[in-house]
Amino acid sequence: MEWQSWVISTGSFMLAYGTPLLLATLGEIYAERAGVLNLGIEGMMIMGAYSAFVTAYVTQNPWIGLVVAASVGAGFSLIHAFASITLRANQVVSGLALTLLGLGLSGVLGRAWGGLPLPQTLPEITVPGLSRIPILGPMLFDGHSLLIYLTLLLVPVMWFILFKTRIGITIRAVGEDPATADSLGIHVRLVRYACVAVGGLLSGVAGGYLSVAYRPAWTEGMTAGMGWIVVALTIFAFWNPIYGMIGALLFAALYHLSFRLQPWLAPELLRALPYLFAILVLVFVSRGTLQRRMGAPAALTIPYARGEE
Amino acid sequence: MAPHWLRVERRTTLPPRVVFGVSFAAIVAALLAAGIFFKAYGVSPLRAYQLIVTGALGSKVGLAETVRRTIPLLLCGVGLTVAFRALFWNIGAEGQLLVGAMAAAGVALFVPMPDLLRLPAMFVAGFAGGAFWALIPAMLKVRLGINDVISTLMLNYVAAFVMQYLIQGPWKGPTARGFAYTDKFPASATLARIPGTPIHWPTLILGVLAAVLAYIWVTRTRQGFEIRVVGENPDAARYAGISQGKVILAVMLVSGGLAGVAGVGEAAGIHRMLLAPSKLSFGYGYTAIIVAWLARRNPLAVIGTALLFGVIMAGGDVIKVSLGLPFQLVNVFNGLILFFLIGSEIFMRYKVSIRWRRA
Repeated sequence: MEWQSWVISTGSFMLAYGTPLLLATLGEIYAERAGVLNLGIEGMMIMGAYSAFVTAYVTQNPWIGLVVAASVGAGFSLIHAFASITLRANQVVSGLALTLLGLGLSGVLGRAWGGLPLPQTLPEITVPGLSRIPILGPMLFDGHSLLIYLTLLLVPVMWFILFKTRIGITIRAVGEDPATADSLGIHVRLVRYACVAVGGLLSGVAGGYLSVAYRPAWTEGMTAGMGWIVVALTIFAFWNPIYGMIGALLFAALYHLSFRLQPWLAPELLRALPYLFAILVLVFVSRGTLQRRMGAPAALTIPYARGEE
Repeated sequence: MAPHWLRVERRTTLPPRVVFGVSFAAIVAALLAAGIFFKAYGVSPLRAYQLIVTGALGSKVGLAETVRRTIPLLLCGVGLTVAFRALFWNIGAEGQLLVGAMAAAGVALFVPMPDLLRLPAMFVAGFAGGAFWALIPAMLKVRLGINDVISTLMLNYVAAFVMQYLIQGPWKGPTARGFAYTDKFPASATLARIPGTPIHWPTLILGVLAAVLAYIWVTRTRQGFEIRVVGENPDAARYAGISQGKVILAVMLVSGGLAGVAGVGEAAGIHRMLLAPSKLSFGYGYTAIIVAWLARRNPLAVIGTALLFGVIMAGGDVIKVSLGLPFQLVNVFNGLILFFLIGSEIFMRYKVSIRWRRA
């Protein structure tokens, strides 16, 4: 039956393409909750993609590739942290600079690696038993990499930490009212540094997933604007990991469904659609009073210095 | 906090020589840091920089190439200084440039009109096209509060794909054979150049004129004052009864329009047809962000900073050819310069000096 294979392919793509978006969105949610906007996601992702591919190629082990991508992403994000937290530079510009730097650096370093086939990609697993369930089985439990399930598992964990633990309260306090947090003895800069690093780490893994699992190869500029879509998804998610998951998966499904327009729409215009969707999701959440109620962290993009402003 | 031998004071005034000195030092520091990459490629940084400067400024050909790159950077950069003054993050000059080029190409190829009117009409269409593309995110921001960074950026991709579609589909030239570009513009739709160079001087004049007029607009008029208030203190703007929406629409009209004019220049002055977006623009709209930031949001200063990045882009071509280095190095370069620039701003807020004796 045609509709079944259609549903299965959409659901399957939703997980495969939504996972890197989700990973990076989760990270950005933490960074922004602590009050630091990081527009360098595209740069961190592409550095992650590059370093994961090279490591996986050399070591023949994609998992080591992901670990290296995570550390490269985290390390790379610290440049932004230093500029925007310690030097109190403009966060928008610093993030843009990080993206420029990442795209440039990966382009320069990756020149020799383009077009090589990856001998060992992230293994795809089939969950015994569950994969036999009609429709849901082949959609959710067949031929996906383990990282996808780990990412989905991360969602409730990161939600719980953010909203139900002391660590989460600390992070949110720093993003809402750093001066008060400071007076309560919270080390504002340290918390911000840590959250930016978490964001970088997850962006790095997201990029790594692209180059060792999703499309196992290295191509210059292969993130193709995904990092910016993540920034939009973070807003769409109201800085909440659960909504972040819904947003990332919905976005991926929408992207996949847009291919159904193929008979009516030229391929170039089809490729423009995801970028329009990113604007569209923001239009969608801008309606109503929701945003005012669950709005952005109050101190987002505002640097903190004790005893000033 | 600071060690006892350092003296850190908050600046109360910001003399221009401090701005200039700090910016200059930041660029020098960025060049030093970028030197590591040349070293990694086994090229002496000094030799590389020497090549960039002599390649971009040392010969007639190099100089012409530098000015050619300067023109779109100048037009986009001036527009961005105005938008950044109102703290509207227009990251979309690239797309606005492309739409300007498309609008001009449409007029050049498909609209029948007297030859004499064609070029002026192309400039008007280019300005309108760029402005239209910029007013979309402006409206989204004013009406729905949509994040400007995202919407302007996303529209860059959309513009590029639309352009790709046009040159591969409906606008593909019958004389272009299998290639994806339009027919050559008719002679009446091409811009004059300085003989023997790619410098389309009418656009250059427009760029300089735009810088001067924008400077007068933002520093000498009431609306310029309103732009500044909206950018520096939105709350005060509200109390003063300044319409934030009107200011945003005004700055984006100008910002997008000027980027559109840059697109007209590239299409009618350089290529004399519409071709793939990455071949038409080379990321001018993105580089212009750095140009505008380095100019510290002063439209007049863009004349200098655009020229500087013209040198970097033209010089980047030279080292690519003569040293076999990847062109992406220019992006690394730009990223580093941007970091050092914003990192250095702390020295504009604070005066740091060394204390020789304990107080």
